[in-house]
Amino acid sequence: MALNRRQFVQIGAAAGLIAAPMINRRAYAAEPIKVGSLLDLSGPLGSSGQTMYDAIQLAAAEVNAKGGLLGRPVQLINYDTQSTIQLYSQYAQQLALKDKVDVVHGGITSASREAIRPVFDRFRVLYFYNVLYEGGVCDRDTFCTGTTPAQTVNKLVDYTLKNFGKKAYVIAADYNYGQITAKWMKKYTQDGGGSVVTVDFFPLDVTNFSATIGKIQEAKPDVVLSALVGSNHTAFYRQWAAAGMKSRIPIASTTFGLVNELATLDAKESDGIITAYGYYEEIDTPASKDFVKAIRDKFGASVPYIGELAAVTYEGFHLWAEGVVKAGSVDRMKDIVALESGISFDGPSGKVTLDHATHHTIRNAYVGKAVNKKWQVLQSFPNQAPADTAAVCDLIKHPNTDKMFVIDVK
Amino acid sequence: MDLIGLTGFNILVAIATLVLLALGLGVIYGMMRIINLAHGEFLMLGAYATALATNHGVNIWISMLIVSPLVVGIFGLLVERLFIRFLYGRMIDTMLATWGLSLALIGLVTTLFGTTVQGVSAPLGGFAIGRYQGSLYGLFLVACAAAMLGGLYALLRTTRFGLIVRATMQNPNMAAALGVSPPRIYMATFALGSALTGLAGGLLAPVSGTAPNMGVAFVAKSFITVLGGGAAFVTGTGLASTLFGIIDEIATERTTPVFGEVALLLSAVILIRVLPQGITGRFFRRST
Repeated sequence: MALNRRQFVQIGAAAGLIAAPMINRRAYAAEPIKVGSLLDLSGPLGSSGQTMYDAIQLAAAEVNAKGGLLGRPVQLINYDTQSTIQLYSQYAQQLALKDKVDVVHGGITSASREAIRPVFDRFRVLYFYNVLYEGGVCDRDTFCTGTTPAQTVNKLVDYTLKNFGKKAYVIAADYNYGQITAKWMKKYTQDGGGSVVTVDFFPLDVTNFSATIGKIQEAKPDVVLSALVGSNHTAFYRQWAAAGMKSRIPIASTTFGLVNELATLDAKESDGIITAYGYYEEIDTPASKDFVKAIRDKFGASVPYIGELAAVTYEGFHLWAEGVVKAGSVDRMKDIVALESGISFDGPSGKVTLDHATHHTIRNAYVGKAVNKKWQVLQSFPNQAPADTAAVCDLIKHPNTDKMFVIDVK
Repeated sequence: MDLIGLTGFNILVAIATLVLLALGLGVIYGMMRIINLAHGEFLMLGAYATALATNHGVNIWISMLIVSPLVVGIFGLLVERLFIRFLYGRMIDTMLATWGLSLALIGLVTTLFGTTVQGVSAPLGGFAIGRYQGSLYGLFLVACAAAMLGGLYALLRTTRFGLIVRATMQNPNMAAALGVSPPRIYMATFALGSALTGLAGGLLAPVSGTAPNMGVAFVAKSFITVLGGGAAFVTGTGLASTLFGIIDEIATERTTPVFGEVALLLSAVILIRVLPQGITGRFFRRST
């Protein structure tokens, strides 16, 4: 029988169509569940992304060691977004359309989250943002598992008001995280009877802080509240200490430590700085110790400080896994319903519960102080609710909400 | 009064920082017409050399003042021999090559040392300006910048080597006819520029930190300063640094850091519009 090319193609296509379901069924048993991950492993945020990447790899390996989810292995697909927002949009589309992942964990800065969240909404991909941030995201397709200002900034400001004084000077990074966090700092300071003398914002590539250090001295605050972000901004703490200001005005920060400042700075530059986070490596519980040991065993002793970013990424992944098990499916809507049913996970930071109304977490919060390149945990606050976001967001009543509330703080 | 003192001191430090950032680039761009887009990464290498040497027990002053310029100077020599010497007179090609080099260096350093490196902290401590505190290390930076500027000027104006270098840059064929070997002079000049950049990186490490991507934040300011300075790059870099340092510092102090950056760029745009050849294109034309 002689075939011309057209017939050959037609027959081939028909044969393929008939065979396809069979191939599919055969492959199904081992077909992995694909988890997308978008993290900055290089650039100014690289040192934040690296430990998050370690944590999500650990979580995936743990799940796989127990036989995977629903009898299927979990496959992690990670792209290095190189601290570039443009790459976030590009890789987000790639994950959604080419790799066809079942869920995405990722994003570090709030700017990156707002770049990719609409992409995952549009292509119906479940999205987990595992980073502390300024609060306000209200989106049924998205879960934000990190701490928000009510859980951390509030505790931090309470501490500084009580221990340092009522007059604060705020310095923050000039993008959505810094702008909104600065508002929260101001609100909590005023609620506590204090005042904010000045708020200064810095573009992320600023490295010279001498004029600001002069201005702070002129304003004579009782405390400096910092929401500076990235390795360029770490220069502030160096110049602050170099000017001999370290012993004169204390610093409290919502971000200090996130780019491993304790490792890159000298103890005499970092000692005494107060922070509030959802997790510290030094937390003395079996779960926390196991987590730290597991990461160091897997990735070597050279892994830098393991803080909230890593712990929350790990917890976020496990919360998602619990949701998948409960739903018995990786269908997006079924997973969302399961995750909304009050799923919780006992992670390194303690018990973490997903809140239906806000898609944020109820979790422990801690206040710590830098002492000799370690964090000394001063206070702990169990089961803190994301009250900031809860004030504006109710996904039980309005499940179709999809926006980021910029909470109006006077 | 104290505040004026503090602001004046901050302005001096800002000027010194710009001089440090731009001087090595001035040698490479101002004299050799090579647009070294890896300039920021040369600074970064200088900072790494200081940080790593200090962490391995070398005295911090030796790390900054000797190790950094030596390491980056030798590195510059290699770069000149391996890439740059094939590209003299091909400005666009040099830009491409050095841009690639810049990306490669960031990647290489990230791979070798990771994103977290223990930095060095500023020695010396603070000193009082009336009721305010300034950084003694800042004062040291001012002294270093002045010494580098003065030293380079003296080297180029008063020594035989300086004469030969200036002659080669002005007319390589004539210099060759008089028995000078231009390729060797180019090599030495590029290494000198690299060493100055390495020294600057080392000196700035304690105040700006050490990270693979740190050069990106500096490279634009360096180019603006050199371009604003114009052809007589030593005098020009000094003058442009002074102008931009004053504008940046006062704008930041009086308004916000965001506006400080804007003011710096805006003044650079205006300067280039009014004086397309840079400051020394019109004034002090006979200096170096």
